[in-house]
Amino acid sequence: MTSMDLAPHPETPSTGSLSREEKLAPSKLSAAQYVVAIILAVLLAGLWRLQIVSADDYRVLAEANRVRKVPVLAPRGRLFDREGRLLVDNYPSVSCYLLREQVKDLNVDLPLISQGLHLPIDQIQSTLRRYQTAPKYQPIPLKQDITPDEQAFIEAHRNELPELQTLDEQRRLYPRDGFAAHLIGYVGEVSEQMLNNDSRYAFYQPGDVVGRSGVEQTYDAILRGKDGSRDVIVNSHGKEVGALGQELAIPGQDLKLTIDLDIQMAAEKALEGKIGAIVALDPHTGEILALASRPTFDPNQFSVRLTRSYWNEILNNPDHPLLNKATQAQLAPGSTFKIIMSLAGLEENEAQNLHVECNGGATFYGHFFACDKHHGMVDIEHAIPWSCDTFYYTLANKLGIDTIARYATSLGFSQRTGIDLPDEASGTMPSTAWKLKTFHEKWYAGEVISVGIGQGAVAATPIQLARAIGGIASGGVLHRPHIVFPDEVPADQLSAIHDTFSGSGEKTIPLSPANWQIITDAMAETTITGTAGASHLEGIDFAGKTGTAQVMSHDALARSGGGHKTVPNAWFVGMAPRRNPDIVVAVLWENGDWGANSAKLGAQVIDAFVEKQRKRANNLRIAETPRPATVSPTPTQVSTISTTAATPAN
Amino acid sequence: MPRLSAYRDFDWVLLGFVLLLSLISVLEIKSATLHTKFHGFETKQIGFLLVGLVLMFLISLIDYHTLIDIVPWAYGISLVSLVAVKLVGTKVLGARRWIKLPGGIHFQPSEWVKLVLIIAVARFFWGLVGKELTWTDIGKTFALVCVPMGLVLIQPDLGTSLTYVPILLCGLFLGGLRFRKAAILLLVFAVLGGGAWKSGKLLKPYQKARLTSFMNPEDDPRGSGYQIRQSLIAVGSGGVWGKGTNQGTQTQGDFLPIPYTDFIFAAFCEEHGFVGAVGVLLLYFLILMRLIQNAQTASDLPGAFIVMGVVAVIVFQIAVNVGMVVGLMPVTGIPLPLMSYGGSSILFTFLALGIVMNVRMRRFVN
Repeated sequence: MTSMDLAPHPETPSTGSLSREEKLAPSKLSAAQYVVAIILAVLLAGLWRLQIVSADDYRVLAEANRVRKVPVLAPRGRLFDREGRLLVDNYPSVSCYLLREQVKDLNVDLPLISQGLHLPIDQIQSTLRRYQTAPKYQPIPLKQDITPDEQAFIEAHRNELPELQTLDEQRRLYPRDGFAAHLIGYVGEVSEQMLNNDSRYAFYQPGDVVGRSGVEQTYDAILRGKDGSRDVIVNSHGKEVGALGQELAIPGQDLKLTIDLDIQMAAEKALEGKIGAIVALDPHTGEILALASRPTFDPNQFSVRLTRSYWNEILNNPDHPLLNKATQAQLAPGSTFKIIMSLAGLEENEAQNLHVECNGGATFYGHFFACDKHHGMVDIEHAIPWSCDTFYYTLANKLGIDTIARYATSLGFSQRTGIDLPDEASGTMPSTAWKLKTFHEKWYAGEVISVGIGQGAVAATPIQLARAIGGIASGGVLHRPHIVFPDEVPADQLSAIHDTFSGSGEKTIPLSPANWQIITDAMAETTITGTAGASHLEGIDFAGKTGTAQVMSHDALARSGGGHKTVPNAWFVGMAPRRNPDIVVAVLWENGDWGANSAKLGAQVIDAFVEKQRKRANNLRIAETPRPATVSPTPTQVSTISTTAATPAN
Repeated sequence: MPRLSAYRDFDWVLLGFVLLLSLISVLEIKSATLHTKFHGFETKQIGFLLVGLVLMFLISLIDYHTLIDIVPWAYGISLVSLVAVKLVGTKVLGARRWIKLPGGIHFQPSEWVKLVLIIAVARFFWGLVGKELTWTDIGKTFALVCVPMGLVLIQPDLGTSLTYVPILLCGLFLGGLRFRKAAILLLVFAVLGGGAWKSGKLLKPYQKARLTSFMNPEDDPRGSGYQIRQSLIAVGSGGVWGKGTNQGTQTQGDFLPIPYTDFIFAAFCEEHGFVGAVGVLLLYFLILMRLIQNAQTASDLPGAFIVMGVVAVIVFQIAVNVGMVVGLMPVTGIPLPLMSYGGSSILFTFLALGIVMNVRMRRFVN
């Protein structure tokens, strides 16, 4: 205040009776001054409390208000075939998330969200319920792979629907029409059950996308990479207005599969319109060259949210499209089991000199067991190509169940092979101990007869048969089938995967070279004059064994009155060349009627393989198949397919 | 018409403080609306200030005794306009507070009624000079203020209606209300107020929620406590020196509600810290002390009453608004005089200051 104002003015009336009435009492005015001062002092104290005493706390709150962590999703590793051809790629996509931190009453917004994102309200509500227990700061995935229209809707409603957020993602692009779907698998949101019960998923968050089947599941840790994050500055509407810093996402590692796209295509084509599986592998290493299963499914439908109708379609299909029949279908192997029988018989020195008169069957333990033909006098060299049941009934009876089971088990029956695919089935190999354990019953000697032809309680998967018979053809060397090259995977991860997918794995069984030659030569005869003669591949040293497995007993069949599902399963296990093969293929055609039918499918795959080798060697000349050299006492494991498809002499 | 030399007695110092505060207001409005669709409001605010200044000089030309003479008419017109606003007013956010005038001007009668009431109360107590207030006088005072107040309350505009209360209290205090009667009145109003709160008839639920949420803003951080919470964060995070002009994260990120009107002080505190806030409060202190001094030097009782009425209204608005911003008072929607954006508020303040100047310029007339 200036002195001018405070100085008494000469004209100011002095205090008198009049002025006391006409002027306010100075005491009241100074009281008013005090009131003003006190009010301002109180406000000052309020400011002091906030800005001096608690400033740091409020600074933290202000930061929390404006800074939001936005995940940057790591692109998943791509999958290539063994020659580096792309099988599974990613494509950029936008997903819509729901933020629950800032929202008032979500239910009010639901109709608008439902309309804009083309989602039924009850679906949004069920999503919200699923995430009820998740922490509030965690965004809920509302809709994946949204369209540009839906993106525009979210942008246009920033103010009304600040809770909607978009996130750029990389989405899986799988081959079309379910090609190789069972081996590749699919990705999906990690389930609550996986999070709670599986230690492998201990560090995953709800909402994380993980492999749910196939290679995607087995190698998830390698394929997924590591998500990064960005700290962005947002305004109160959740709109991004700036960025602070970021932690880069580490992309997932690409994986090279052992699959050969050309062989896979041949296998997929062979199975077209059928129910069953084909698995082809390289018995030198256990590398899977092709693995197909039918019916199949479209994994692309799984990588985005499944539509209910597609899910129902899959669930209600009696042939279980999600089932990988190559590793999960455990069925009676039928006559393909005779290779195991032959090995057991020869190694036990029972089969070499066994001569059986086949008159369309034989009687054991008071029961008649039929053979499909009158084969006459049969020895081991003919029993395999002709697939004479009478011979194997007799051999089984001589060997007894536990000897058969010992050989079968050492070849991997009733155990998983340890293939790097989830949920492999182990099959069944009956024995006296098995029967006691499973049924608490004694084994009856007569039960062994049907085991001799791969019926009865014997059950095997296509991958088991491929590995076992391929192993026999390789001189007793068996490998763990696998679908990813082991050197693609860090050692610790690989051993973790081997622990998770344990199985019979690597193994060498004793096998005398003479017996090896007898079996493989007989198998080669199968595709010339034997049961698979119709599938003969000119110029290719092609060996194999058919199997026709009854799906029910003769009595049951008579009662059932027929129908497609009662038609026998057709099996075939083939290889090329006959000894130390470069490829073994196992074919299961459910209700395919005759093993010879499956042999044709197997021959297509073998043919594709050999043709490819020849193309590569620039030699398409089809040569005479020379008789392969007799084997040396020490079988070699290494062999290559020659352009003339003959086993090189060792 | 006063002598031209009367402008020698115009309170230039007061005007200097007022213009300094107005400048701060314009700068803060600019900052607070920078990234919003309200960008450019600072220019409109300058326009309001210029109009306010002109009105201030104009009203200082008319002898305030003339204003006191015509105040019964003005009071009548006020009541009519308040009724009119309820009947034909423009509805904004559920309340009818505005009358649309030709030329796109929105007129909020309740702001002007404040001015009329200040003069009306001064006129009323002029007639009671030197006497002890009887219950009848007290009743008449209440009626004088509470009728327009009730009309504003039903618009509904709780905030503005509350600004009439200090006019009433100031009048009673200066008019000679004795301690015993004051105590009785206080008791009666405590009982009546408590009853009205409980019955829930007087206040709408959202008004009650606003009035109570300041005590526990964390109870409902997304609902009525949101504004308080964001305001506290803004003020507190400003710290001693503030985050700097245009740098307030609460203000710029749109977390702080209406940072250019009701919560402008929070925006200012965030960007300029405790130091800036103390500076603004000091300016208010100087302005108010200056006004009270003008009341002291007024040549007659109604002049002093008018000045003190203006002081009461301004102090009340500062207390309620800044109190709200720092979490000591509920959210009532009362603007901060000379700081908040808004034509009605600016024009009221400058007219009120013009009448104060008027009183000061005529302090030697008798």
